[in-house]
Formats: sequence, C-alpha cells, structure tokens
Amino acid sequence: MELLPWLPAHPDLRAAFAAARALPEPAARLAALAKLAGFRRDFLATDRMDRIIAACLAAPEVRGRLPQLGLTPLRVALLASHSVEHLVGGIRVAALDRRLALDIEVAPYGLYRQVLLEERSPLDAFRPQVVVLALDAWDAPLDVGLEASPDEVEAAVAGRLAELRQLWRRARERFGARIVQQTLIGGDPPVFGGFEGLIPGSPGALVDRLNRGIREAAREDGVLLLDLAWQVNQHRLEGWADPVRWHQAKQLVSPMLAPLYGDLLARVLAAATGLSRKCLVLDLDNTLWGGVVGDDGVEGILLGQGSATGEAFLAFQRHAALLARRGVILAICSKNDPAIAEAAFTSHAEMALRRSDIAAFVANWNDKASNLRDIARTLDIGLDSLVFVDDNPAEREIIRRELPEVAVPELPEDVAGYPACLANAGYFEAASFTPDDATRARSYAANAERRAALDQATDMAGYLAGLEMTLVAGPVGAAELPRVTQLINKTNQFNLTTRRYTEAEVERLAADPASLALRFRLLDRFGDNGLIGVILARPDPAWPADALLIDTWLMSCRVLGRGVEAASLGVLAAAAARRGATALIGEYRPTPRNALVRAHYADLGFTPLPAPAGAGTEASFWHYDIAIAQPPRHFMKVSAE
Amino acid sequence: MTTEPEIYARLNEVFREVFDDPALEVGPGTTAADIPDWDSQSHIALIVATEMRFGIRFRTAELESLKNVSDFVALIQAKAAG
Repeated sequence: MELLPWLPAHPDLRAAFAAARALPEPAARLAALAKLAGFRRDFLATDRMDRIIAACLAAPEVRGRLPQLGLTPLRVALLASHSVEHLVGGIRVAALDRRLALDIEVAPYGLYRQVLLEERSPLDAFRPQVVVLALDAWDAPLDVGLEASPDEVEAAVAGRLAELRQLWRRARERFGARIVQQTLIGGDPPVFGGFEGLIPGSPGALVDRLNRGIREAAREDGVLLLDLAWQVNQHRLEGWADPVRWHQAKQLVSPMLAPLYGDLLARVLAAATGLSRKCLVLDLDNTLWGGVVGDDGVEGILLGQGSATGEAFLAFQRHAALLARRGVILAICSKNDPAIAEAAFTSHAEMALRRSDIAAFVANWNDKASNLRDIARTLDIGLDSLVFVDDNPAEREIIRRELPEVAVPELPEDVAGYPACLANAGYFEAASFTPDDATRARSYAANAERRAALDQATDMAGYLAGLEMTLVAGPVGAAELPRVTQLINKTNQFNLTTRRYTEAEVERLAADPASLALRFRLLDRFGDNGLIGVILARPDPAWPADALLIDTWLMSCRVLGRGVEAASLGVLAAAAARRGATALIGEYRPTPRNALVRAHYADLGFTPLPAPAGAGTEASFWHYDIAIAQPPRHFMKVSAE
Repeated sequence: MTTEPEIYARLNEVFREVFDDPALEVGPGTTAADIPDWDSQSHIALIVATEMRFGIRFRTAELESLKNVSDFVALIQAKAAG
C-alpha cells in the first residue's frame, strides 16, 4: 500500500524541490515548500524538505512574521518512551501543509517523567504550548502475572492511569500546555493465541485495557488523543512497531512511516488550533451514484441494493451523511441540470443523503472553480475550509491549480475505497464534539433559506425584523463549557483577540466574581442557530479599576450581519454595570484571518484609546462609557438568563 | 543479475538522498568517518532507504555488520544472489 495515498503525486518533485530551494528569500522558499508539502512524498523527500523548512522558520525575517505569512506558530514538545528524532521532519512538514509553523523540542529519550516532574526542566525555557506524550507498550509493562485476577489487573491499570493523569496535570500547571497522549502500540505478541483476550493478565489484554483506560481518562481530562492503536488498523502498512527497528534503535515507528506519523499528529494539532477543514463538497455523477443522471434518468442510476456497485455508492453516501451528523457541512458541486440533480435527491428511493443534508447545492454548467468560490461565499467560510471530492481526475487537477487552498484528495479507482480514503486523509479531525455540532449542518442549510428570504426582502431592516430573532444570553455554566471552549479554540474570523483557553481556564474565569463569561444563543423562525457567541471580560491592571477589559469576543460567522454584535453589547454593558463597572475596554489584535472585525469596536460606538505600555504594537484599544454610549439599533428580542 | 558497479551506482543515489548532497561520491573505501553527517540516526535512515530502493530486508544480525559502504554492497550482492 502507498504512503499518503490521498495526496496527489507530483510530476517531478525533485525538480520542484530544487527550484524551491534556489529561491533567495526565506519567506518565498517557505511558501514554495508549503505547496510541496501537499504532495505525496516518502521519508527521504520529506526529510530533505524539512531541512529547508526548519532553516526558513528560523530565519529572523520569517520568524517574526509568521501570522502575516498566514502561518500559526506553535511550540511542541515531544516526550517519548522511544526514539522519535527521526519523526520530527515528518511532523513539521505535515504541519506546514496545515498552515502550522512548528517549533519542535524533543525531550531526552525515556526521561518524560523527569522532564515533567523535576524542579528544573530542560523544557522551562522552551515553554511548550503542546506536550505530546508518546508512550509505547514496551515501556514499563504492568507488573502483573499471567494468572492475575481481574481485580488485580484493574488495580494495576488504575495505578498506571493515575500516574499518567498526574503527568498531564503537571504539564498543564507547569507550561499551560495542551496535552496530546498517544495510545500504546508495540509490546509482546500474544502468548495464548486467540484466547489472549480472555486472560486479563496476558500482554495483549493488558495493552488493550490500558488503551481503553487512556481514552476514558483523556475524555474526562480534556486531553487530545493520538490514537496510534486505532490508526495502525486504518493505515495497514509495514513499519508500525517493527521489532527490527525496535531492537536496533528503539524506534517504535519506522523512518519509512515518518510522513504518515507526522500527518497523524499534525492533524490533531490542527484540530486543536481550529485549522481542520469544515465542509465536504461532493460531485454527483459517478461520485454519489453510478452513471449520469442527466442521461440515465433518476431510475437509471446505480445506487443501493441490487448491485455491488450500487451498494458501494450507497456506502459512500452513508459515510457522508454521518459526517454531516457530526457537524461537517455538505455541499454539492456538479455539472448537471439543477432540476434533474435535485430530483435524484427527492425521488430516488435509495438515497442515503437527503436534500436537507446539503447546505449549498450547486448544479449548473459553470466551471467548478467558480462554483466552489460561490459555495464558500454562500456558507461564509474560507476556501481553506473546503474538501472537494470528484471522481474525475481532470476536475481534481483544475481545482488544485485554480484553488490551491481547497483540499482535493486523490481517490482510488474503485468507489468502494472512497469512504476509507476520505477518512484516512484526516481532513475533518475533531478536537471535541458537542450537541451543537450535530445540528450545525442543518443550521447551514437553514442559512441558505435565510439568504433566499433576504433576496426577497426589499430592505435590510424588514428582512431582519422578519427573521423573528431572539438572542438568549447568560453566564457560561458547566453545561456550556465544552462548546464555549471549542468556539474559543477554533474561531478565527470573527475573533477580536484570538486568545485560546483550556476548559479549566474558562471555568476559572467564569467562577471569578469580578469577571464576566457570557455565552449567546440565537433563535429565529428557521430554527435554533445554537451557541454562536462568547464574551469574556475581566479587570486588568493596565486599566482603571472601574473598567472591564473585553479579553475575548468571538462569534460564529454563520450569524454575521444579523445585528447580534449590537444586541450582545447591550447584554455585556448591563452585566458589567451590575458588577460596578462604568466603562468597557475593547481590544483588537489583528491576525491574517480576523480582518473582518477590524472596525468592530468603531462600528459599535467605541472610541479609540492609546495602547497601554507593554501592549503589542499592532493591537488597538477602544473605550465605551456604559452610562453615556448607546449600542446601535438591532432587530431581536433579548432574553437574559 | 545486478553487477557490483550497478549496485555502487544505485547505492550512491541512496547516499545522496539521505545526506541531501548531490555531489556525494561513495566507493569501496568510504566509511562513516568520511561523511560528517553519518551518525547513528542517519545510519538507520541509510539502512531503511537501502531496503526501500533495493526491495530487500536486512536481518537484525546483518545490521550489526553494516559499518561502511563496502559492507552495504557485499550484503546487497549476497541478498540479490540469494
């Protein structure tokens, strides 16, 4: 099996690499290499690319300008019970493909406990933002005999998990870092054959039990998972826990698999920083069903029971439908007659995808690049949030050339391989899942209806009033913590300061009587838009005691242009006044992705302030006098909880 | 059958890839001392790259005897003949 089969093969990677390397400017060199990172590459090519990438990232003219270059800097510490130096290149290149610029520090091999627990740590100066704990099944196996009772095994597992959680806590307290925990692979082969799983103290059963415990503990503690134990079954390649490499160099992952391992870790890091893709755009003919609906008719397409091919297409539809249930937005982009294309959805008995699953349905004869731009605009998401799936290699090629931001997976010849190909490519890696995610796809579809209503409305005020909106506001409570934290960590566009917080940090701020943590939900006549806004405000030593600094203000772009900002300001000002504050201080910290809100505070009636000493040079500050200023007019009912 | 010069030529390509040096020339007398970057980590990369490019697998015991370029060539030749 091929490594990274979803990435397109470059016609001449060697020449392109030589050309990229010859570019005089480090920033240009880095941009050229970031493009090459999206092509299929073995570990040798990957390491060659990484040497240049690492040098470019270290160049002062790049280092200080990462956000301007569209890259998110991230310091990652690798703490491993095996040797990982040979994986660093694979990690950094795959991360760059996801617009992350990694600074990677590898802790001395096998010393992960000391690095976290001892009073002075070599990581103190590095200040990691992410700590990856890469452990394996060969490392300190549990000390229980083959004859151990289930209770003895449970006690030993609980002891190991408690130790692990202690390390997680320590890494959080010490560095404020997010943790990525790897599940265990490797270890000894079964000694009981197929009976292994029935013996709690057998090596195989112990590793299984530990991995299950690691997953449960990670869920409870908000730790991210690099689930290698699960991934090795998805990516069936030679080189996972190869005993030769283990005996020779204590490598758990063969150098050959470094590009894949790097990709698996990079997608977790991307998910944690809000850089996962959001929308799956699907072609129709020979992608969602066999045949051409315009020629064969709705009854003539191959879909569903009765033929193996029809079942394979149905299985791919089911996979897409499940992605929609977990919050991936679905769109259709097809060269087709729109009426016929829609008819397939409404009148073919075997369709697993329903018309209501599709947030943007584009069937016409225009070129697909223009249609993809329209889809992104309709949904208010970036082109870099799209994944485009089309059976036609020519269409894929055009999109890669015209819209390099869009991810376009290479697909296997056989549609039966589509679901696994899409899943293995990891475009939609999640770092959380909340009930709001499950309804998001529907909410995007409802947005398209709202847009249609807007087209019909003659004036904006009439349109907004006609939406019958209610903004439900209240303090962030335990129930909202996961979704609020998720929004804080993945909202990039409508985000005034782009400060990221862990669930524990949000909880602490919400419990602080001097501070405010507010969350907002928007309802309208088309449905519930879910939790769409968060404001955190707190006293700050740089400002007068009777002022609250708006530390964080963010909103989901789905409800842009509806007046939510003005209504939210009213709620914030009232709540701040109840805390005894007389003024609000707004702060805007520009990033490459939040130009949308540059004028946010000016539009809301804030007045500019000089920046306090020590603030970033690019940040701007704004003043709002609660007693005097009036928020702009809006068209929604406000219900405060 | 693969001749010794052919093996040297292909192995030279592997060395150039691993050490990222298109000008590198390795011959029967080349040892780790001649290539500054030839350390324990790149040694493994060399082994894995050689396995990948020649479609062979070295046994654990064989790895311990791989110290310089002529060791690589002798072993590749033995495996190709076997």
